[in-house]
Amino acid sequence: MKLHEYQGKALLRQAGLPVPRSEVVFSSAEVKKALTALGGEKGVAKAQAFTGGRGKAGGIKLFGSLAEAEQITSKLIGMTLVTHQTGPEGVKIEAVLLEDQSRIARELYFAVTLDRAKANIVFILSPEGGMDIEEIAEHTPEKILKLYPEWGQGPGDALLKQASDFLGLTASQAAPFADIARKLYNLYIAKDCALLEINPLAVNDAGNLVLLDCKVNIDDNALFRQQDTGGDPDAEKDPAEIEAAKYGLSYIKLDGNIGCMVNGAGLAMATMDIIAHYGAQPANFLDVGGSASEEAVTKAFEIISGDKHVKAILVNIFGGIMPCDRIARGIIGAVNTTGLKVPLVVRLEGTNVEQGKTLIRESGLDIIAGDDLEDAARKAAATVATAAAGV
Amino acid sequence: MAILIDANTRLITQGITGKAGLFHSQQCRDYGTQVVGGVTPKKGGTTVDGFSVFNSVAEARRETGANTTMIFVPAPFAANAILEAADAGIELIVAITEGIPTLDMLKVHNALKDKKCILIGPNCPGVVTAGVCKVGIAPGPIHKKGRIGIVSRSGTLTYEAVHQTSLLGLGQTTAVGIGGDPIHGLSHLDVIRMLNEDSETEGIVLIGEIGGSDEEMAAAYIREYVKKPVVGFIAGASAPKGKRMGHAGAIVDGQAGTAQSKKDALRAAGVTIAETAAEIGQKMFEAMR
Repeated sequence: MKLHEYQGKALLRQAGLPVPRSEVVFSSAEVKKALTALGGEKGVAKAQAFTGGRGKAGGIKLFGSLAEAEQITSKLIGMTLVTHQTGPEGVKIEAVLLEDQSRIARELYFAVTLDRAKANIVFILSPEGGMDIEEIAEHTPEKILKLYPEWGQGPGDALLKQASDFLGLTASQAAPFADIARKLYNLYIAKDCALLEINPLAVNDAGNLVLLDCKVNIDDNALFRQQDTGGDPDAEKDPAEIEAAKYGLSYIKLDGNIGCMVNGAGLAMATMDIIAHYGAQPANFLDVGGSASEEAVTKAFEIISGDKHVKAILVNIFGGIMPCDRIARGIIGAVNTTGLKVPLVVRLEGTNVEQGKTLIRESGLDIIAGDDLEDAARKAAATVATAAAGV
Repeated sequence: MAILIDANTRLITQGITGKAGLFHSQQCRDYGTQVVGGVTPKKGGTTVDGFSVFNSVAEARRETGANTTMIFVPAPFAANAILEAADAGIELIVAITEGIPTLDMLKVHNALKDKKCILIGPNCPGVVTAGVCKVGIAPGPIHKKGRIGIVSRSGTLTYEAVHQTSLLGLGQTTAVGIGGDPIHGLSHLDVIRMLNEDSETEGIVLIGEIGGSDEEMAAAYIREYVKKPVVGFIAGASAPKGKRMGHAGAIVDGQAGTAQSKKDALRAAGVTIAETAAEIGQKMFEAMR
């Protein structure tokens, strides 16, 4: 789950980290109150949206008066922000953060995240903050340092000295930097973060360190114990994806026209891949999970059928935890309630496969049986090609 | 020989009184595995479908001589269940549970560093030594005793590879699902090494997917040490971009993590790549001729 900048900064502030004073507003009507709370009429208005590159795209503006702050806020809220990261569809701005402007002398980069291969938490540092870290990694990889605090100990003095030296901090900045690094490490653990990125970590003109912008992602598996971060787990999801999640289904809408219902994330991806291999495009990723109920299977089928781009449906189930007869009953139930508007290809294999196949065969429904994965994918791709050719 | 589990495996199930725990304990027993009991706190002393239930893993091990456990405990408590099994001296821990917080798994990973036990998973289907022993949730009947070792991050893709190699008469020695979570026990490399050293295994199927660098590391090992034919399949070439964790996570892995980089690394190591999941068995069959 991603947090907006204002939500992330609230966590940083709670942890005692130096962030500029700021107030979030959801409409221009709230600007006056916010500026009164901030005690000034000059500052920076920052669009709250899940993307980098906001500045270049016009999502970050300076203001010098209340009227200007209101005007900028009213323009930003509801606007679609298109950046190099969002793609042409952009992201909608629903809030604006009004913040004290900092006078910046230097911009650094500091992130805490997981290094999967090393199975450890990693600090990623660069003296060249303020820009995309991927660009730094590509063009000047020598300006990136990764350090690994010892698990259970946190960042030690030697590691912090190395980090501080690499960032080119002065002797008087080393202690406040060490404090920031320790607090970020502790916050990463306390809030089950997947990513805690401070970019830029700024040195202001007085020589003090300030956390100017942040990107905070929380581990989705830990949301059961992280309910007070202010984030919305559904913030970036399509309505169908939210509906699917209620039934324990993992669904991601895509651009193609073959709807897929598969069990297991790996097989779901492989099914998308094989559809693409035979020249068609998957309309979605859908993993019904290992222990879905008949009801969940019915729901999955409804969600796929509800996508108007879908011209054929491919069900590919290899029953392990979930027996094939349960899948078959779910499909039959769904077809009986919602009707079958497009060709349906079903491939079942694994636990109770014979019962599942028998149920489908004896249902009297017009379902195309796929003998194996290749056969099923070919048949699904062929029905779409046939429909497109108007045959 | 096969690897990891065999006729001497004595299995307990943590979370045996839950629906999935009981169902799969029965399935493993039906397959021929010695399922010697299970653990559910506060239900010790009872029995469920002939399985003795104990309050703790230590007690279960003492009473039954269990050397292997499979874990069906709900995600919020699963990390502690793994640690409990390790502390009790269980040699092989297979964690089926899905959705364990990453930091819990980091804690487990570090706690297991100085223990002798082997962890498989979490979020995995388990292990099957064909015709002999099954630990986990894989459908038993698709396996056939034979010559191929299989290692995979995905459960259902493991079944796909098993099924195809069975149909082609190759059969399997041992199939291992290592699980799809970022922090996990045995890696592709660990299992490939075991299969490479196993005298009964004549060919190896490696199934990976996008993300992380497990497959790249396995490729480096294969290049150096593996003379047996290896067939690789990587899922996720058509997966949408942008559903990833963010910048910092991406740069840790550099260019690694894409389906293409994994296929390239495996090809460079002499691995035959199956372009679709449907041709894994056929490619292995050809490589074995």
